[in-house]
Amino acid sequence: MTAKIEAKNLIKIYGHNTDKALSLFEQGLTRAEILRQTGQTLGVARVNFEVAEGEIFVLIGLSGSGKSTLLRCINGLLMPTSGSLLVDGKAVEKATEKELRRLRGEKISMVFQHFAILPNLTIIDNVAFGLELRGIEREERRDRAAEALETVGLGDWKNKMPQELSGGMKQRVGLARALVMDSDILLMDEPFGALDALIRAEMQEELVSLQREIKKTVVFVTHDLDEALRLGDRIAIMRDGAIEQIGTADEILAEPANDYVEKFLTGIDVSKILDAASISKWPRELVRDTEGVSVALHRMKKTDSDYLFVTGPGRKLVGLVTRDDLLGLSKKRQTSFKDVIREADTIPGDTIMRDVFPQLRKSERALAVVDEKQRFLGIITHNTLLDSLDERKGGDGIAEL
Amino acid sequence: MLNFSLPKLEIGDAIEWFVRWIIDNLSIVFDIIKNILNAITGALNDGLLAVPAIMLILIFAAGIWLLTSKTTALLGLLGLALIWNIGLWPQMISTLVLVVVSVVIALVIGIPTGILMTRSSKLEAAMRPVLDFMQTMPPFVYLIPAVMLFGIGVVPGLFATIIFAVPPPVRLTYLGITQVPEDMKEMAIAFGAGDRQVLRKVELPLSLPSIMAGVNQCIMLGISMVVIASMIGAGGLGAEVMRSVNRLDLALGFESGLAIVILAIVLDRVSRNIGSGRATPAGRIIEYFKKRRKARMESQVS
Repeated sequence: MTAKIEAKNLIKIYGHNTDKALSLFEQGLTRAEILRQTGQTLGVARVNFEVAEGEIFVLIGLSGSGKSTLLRCINGLLMPTSGSLLVDGKAVEKATEKELRRLRGEKISMVFQHFAILPNLTIIDNVAFGLELRGIEREERRDRAAEALETVGLGDWKNKMPQELSGGMKQRVGLARALVMDSDILLMDEPFGALDALIRAEMQEELVSLQREIKKTVVFVTHDLDEALRLGDRIAIMRDGAIEQIGTADEILAEPANDYVEKFLTGIDVSKILDAASISKWPRELVRDTEGVSVALHRMKKTDSDYLFVTGPGRKLVGLVTRDDLLGLSKKRQTSFKDVIREADTIPGDTIMRDVFPQLRKSERALAVVDEKQRFLGIITHNTLLDSLDERKGGDGIAEL
Repeated sequence: MLNFSLPKLEIGDAIEWFVRWIIDNLSIVFDIIKNILNAITGALNDGLLAVPAIMLILIFAAGIWLLTSKTTALLGLLGLALIWNIGLWPQMISTLVLVVVSVVIALVIGIPTGILMTRSSKLEAAMRPVLDFMQTMPPFVYLIPAVMLFGIGVVPGLFATIIFAVPPPVRLTYLGITQVPEDMKEMAIAFGAGDRQVLRKVELPLSLPSIMAGVNQCIMLGISMVVIASMIGAGGLGAEVMRSVNRLDLALGFESGLAIVILAIVLDRVSRNIGSGRATPAGRIIEYFKKRRKARMESQVS
């Protein structure tokens, strides 16, 4: 079987007169060294891969790893400095301007990270944009665009303007615009990267079920490992312009080719780099040890909690008081709660998050985060932990490593 | 005392020699240009003056209404009626013609130049000092070569006005197109667009607000220059201003000045509204007919 897309020794260096940079690369210099000597960026560093017809091929890597550059070599938006990129056996870098436009207009369609929806056109005209460039009559292109909008579930929105749509809907429009071209190859450049986690999962599902019907050859760029594992028939992990490993999700997870891949796979576990202080939250209410029983009870009632942390001079943590204890004091008409202060479960602020879990599990209440001088920094509850994990994964969890 | 005896660089003489050379060798070209422009402005002027003033005021007001809103149209109507009432109607018409003709020419030159500048960084680098020069050179200076080339009258006024009014559309067209987001252009290219299609379908539509701001600025500068151009016989409201200055006639000065202000405000509101993309009565009418056509087509299908 011949490959639909094939990259052979592909090298891309940004800039004019790349001969020197290229020869430096051939001599085995690193990307940073080439940049220092020539001021030119090595985008893709000798890459070989094949994409079979009908498969979803995922390029994954940190930002700046060359995945988007590589993607743009496939439809000739960027031209390789050396090596070759073949689509259906034909070299893209050798194509004339006219052939390139034909290739982009008929064989390869693209979906963009920030949607690139034209704000001055209605939804249906945006979807029909590629057909318009191809010179297809208005009626026909509108009919086909309407059909494509039905496919992505936006049939009722065709006459709306882009600003009326949410991010997820805009990307559906972007997808419809690519689908309507009826091209064999779909290039997707972090298409769901700008969407929030929930919508992203939904779009991933839809792409998978859509792919079952349309059977396009898809090259999908992402920095989200979960997304790559979920969508990719095969995955290529990139680093500094080079491909570190290509394989199915199982192959890569079972046998990481090298340390980098292994680190990359565990990289999503952000709990290693966060410490307790950075995820702690300030409690809604505290009580000072000089204040009285009724004040403390009032604050508990307000926040609907069973206990409060007690702080002393200089924000030092003294301990905590429980409602039951205070109610007992209140019945005895005592005003000071000094005698019933209990010891609180504390955790040093620089504890790495992975070690916060076991502590939290042992404790029935929130953990008080303190610094080395026992000053109170905030609390960690079971909820704060989940929230912060979620925030991190929703954002650029990997890119921050 | 230090005494340098550096010879003075005769820049002024060089320019004068250059202009004289043009006059000596290319006077036929300038005569042709002069005759064409004279014919155009003359015909427009006569045509507009042939229509009774009241009717023209109503037509203008209707036009303003179509392009802006009811309130602006009403204010425009009152303003134009006031100009007519104080007896400056013919002068206003001749100023209007001067502004319109010079602005049209300035735009025909300026917008394509702005587009070309986005395509060639060398041209952009070359044009920047030229534009600075054109905008900061005191506008009175343009009157001199204008008179030398075209003599006294309307055409040298047009010439000076065009030079003065052309930089904003150039700059704002350039600015508008360079500010079109890269990913929009990349999208068009990725869907098979050539350079012309990228320009027509992406860059121009998306930079329209900026380009229209350039048109607006062009009109405003045109009006201010038309007054100065009256010094070399361009006529119109500017000539009234000049006359009132010479005679220290405050009444006439104020009236003709006011007429210029009214004309400027009307042109400003109209040109600014066109680029803003705000709904206008004209837009609503077009929309209505589009809908009707669509409905008719759909009923034919069924």
